[in-house]
Amino acid sequence: MSNDNSTRVYTPASLIVHPARILRGMWLDMVAGRGLAWQLAVRDIKAQYRQAFLGVLWALILPLANTAAWVFLNSTGIVSVGKTVLPYSVYVFTGTMLWAIFMDSLNAPLVQTNAAKSMLAKIDFPREALIMSGILQTVFNSCIKIGLLIVVLLSFGIYPDWRLILFPLSVVSLILAGTMVGLLVTPIGMLYTDVGKTIPLVMQFLMFITPVVFPMPTAGWAVKIFEYNPLSPLILTTRNWLTGFPSDYLGQFLIINLLVFLLLIVIGVIYRVTMPILIERMGS
Amino acid sequence: MKEIINNIYHDSTLPADSDILVKVEGVSKKFCRDLKKSLWYGFKDIVNELIPSARAAEGHSTLRAAEFWSVKNVSFELRRGECLGLIGRNGAGKTTLLKMLNGLIKPDQGRIEIRGRIGALIALGAGFNPILTGRENIYVNASVLGLSKREIEDKLEEIIEFAEIGEFIDSPVQTYSSGMQVRLGFAVATALEPDVLLLDEVLAIGDAAFRSKCYHRIGKLLRKCAVIFVSHDSVQTSRICDFCLYLKNGEMLALGRTQDVLGEYLGDNRPLRVEPSIVLHPSVKHFKCVPSKTHICWGELFNVTLEIDLADSVRSGLSLLALLDGEASVVQSDFTQQFNDSIQNGREVQLTIGPLHLREGEYGLAVTVLDESKKGTLVHAIHCATIQFKGPKGYGVIYQAACTRG
Repeated sequence: MSNDNSTRVYTPASLIVHPARILRGMWLDMVAGRGLAWQLAVRDIKAQYRQAFLGVLWALILPLANTAAWVFLNSTGIVSVGKTVLPYSVYVFTGTMLWAIFMDSLNAPLVQTNAAKSMLAKIDFPREALIMSGILQTVFNSCIKIGLLIVVLLSFGIYPDWRLILFPLSVVSLILAGTMVGLLVTPIGMLYTDVGKTIPLVMQFLMFITPVVFPMPTAGWAVKIFEYNPLSPLILTTRNWLTGFPSDYLGQFLIINLLVFLLLIVIGVIYRVTMPILIERMGS
Repeated sequence: MKEIINNIYHDSTLPADSDILVKVEGVSKKFCRDLKKSLWYGFKDIVNELIPSARAAEGHSTLRAAEFWSVKNVSFELRRGECLGLIGRNGAGKTTLLKMLNGLIKPDQGRIEIRGRIGALIALGAGFNPILTGRENIYVNASVLGLSKREIEDKLEEIIEFAEIGEFIDSPVQTYSSGMQVRLGFAVATALEPDVLLLDEVLAIGDAAFRSKCYHRIGKLLRKCAVIFVSHDSVQTSRICDFCLYLKNGEMLALGRTQDVLGEYLGDNRPLRVEPSIVLHPSVKHFKCVPSKTHICWGELFNVTLEIDLADSVRSGLSLLALLDGEASVVQSDFTQQFNDSIQNGREVQLTIGPLHLREGEYGLAVTVLDESKKGTLVHAIHCATIQFKGPKGYGVIYQAACTRG
């Protein structure tokens, strides 16, 4: 990260007063950390699968189990789900798969930063590489999930149309949105483990007010909740583009993407300037 | 601060001011003793960092409850080709200072300016994953340290060869011995060509042969960069460093030529901190250790008279005599079996150790007497007598002439 003739100055003053300098530094570190991010991602993916007998199947087992549970609940009438255009099992399966991708990307920043604690406490390297490595790993795992998704769709006789070209874009926006939220809670999450423990609770609840296993409600106060939930357009658009339906929420989808992008930069800056404080509290 | 010689930096043989690579001005850092408070302060610091205010900036220089200065008002400069040793006891703030220099944590006061690429031999094998092979780990480790993929590929063979890993390079690192792991870590870390090198007590790794290779490699690096070296080993420090900074409770106690500062440091730590303890077996009726004199000079022999009265049922076997320094480590020892017979029943035994070639200072005497089987201990006495040694004011266990680099 240190260029040959660059001079670096460390003072107690807050870095945030020079946002342009931080953004420039962030950009340079992202460029410099590309190779490292790749190496870290390759390392983690290899290590993850080399020691698992079932290998890549692990990326699928959880969403499959989840789908089975919901299909069971719906078919026995324990939980009554409204009408869906797609067969319900396909609806739930695509929903849980996309939700799993979102969750992966949301967990990645905290998990990656925590796992790199000992490295962070001793070595100065582009910390952005940790985040990028997390994204790369999520992308890798997502590809496996999507591959299976498409196989399942075809076997159900659902053929994606030209919109499938747009589908990767929506997956990327799902991943970036997850990364954004995950990165936001990382600084506090590094100090207090409470944050890491709260995430699954909140996300479980959030899943039920997002059209993952339930379709968009048509009546009652739930309609408002689903519509104001910024994740709804993301999940719906992604699912529609995959299954060959037009997106009903394209406007919201675009606005949310723009917001995610801007917030990602702001939160990236926060992550960067708070890192020395976190390292100080980490010990070695 | 005791300034021994503060203008030593202006050595005419060294390049001009333009080659100052490290400039540290009045740097301080505080730490918190209490975990709960530390986390809460961390949270507050994050808020202050994101919403800077004059009050928050002032807060940097005041201590909050349970905080203390880990590093206080440290200043120095370092040029290319120079090596500064950081010495001090555990918890003196050496590692904290290194972390600030490395840019890992921010100072609470003062300013640090560093030019060029920083290399740190602090955490060997950072990012190693035990499941992956040595080769794969080289890529990860070297990337973390800032090498590009091309640089790594250029140096791969050299790294493998230096680490003496051989055919194991494609085996998982978890199958390596701990020695192999640190060798690989060292080989990767030193493949970097930094301008500023931070070394934290990593020299003593591997077996003797590999250690000498390490010294050689570091010696090569020394000439090209500015080095900051942390060690407790006074021999290594005197060998590598031009200047030393002596830290005590975070404060600079001395800064100057290695020989002077090291003398100061060792002098400070000279008083024997080990309490005398004499443990006798029940069959020992009487034991006394009488040194022939309390002041010994360079090259002299040291005689001790042991008065020992044993019960009839036991016979003594091996006896050990050792001189301990202030850190309670053995500096010279000798053993004898010869007084096997003479030690019986209330006899006095003369023991001799030497000739002694130690550095000046105070030493403690330790005596161990074993029984005939050499398994049971009859006498175990630590610091049963002290001697003052008069010799050269060197730094090592045994006096060494200062090494010249070249």
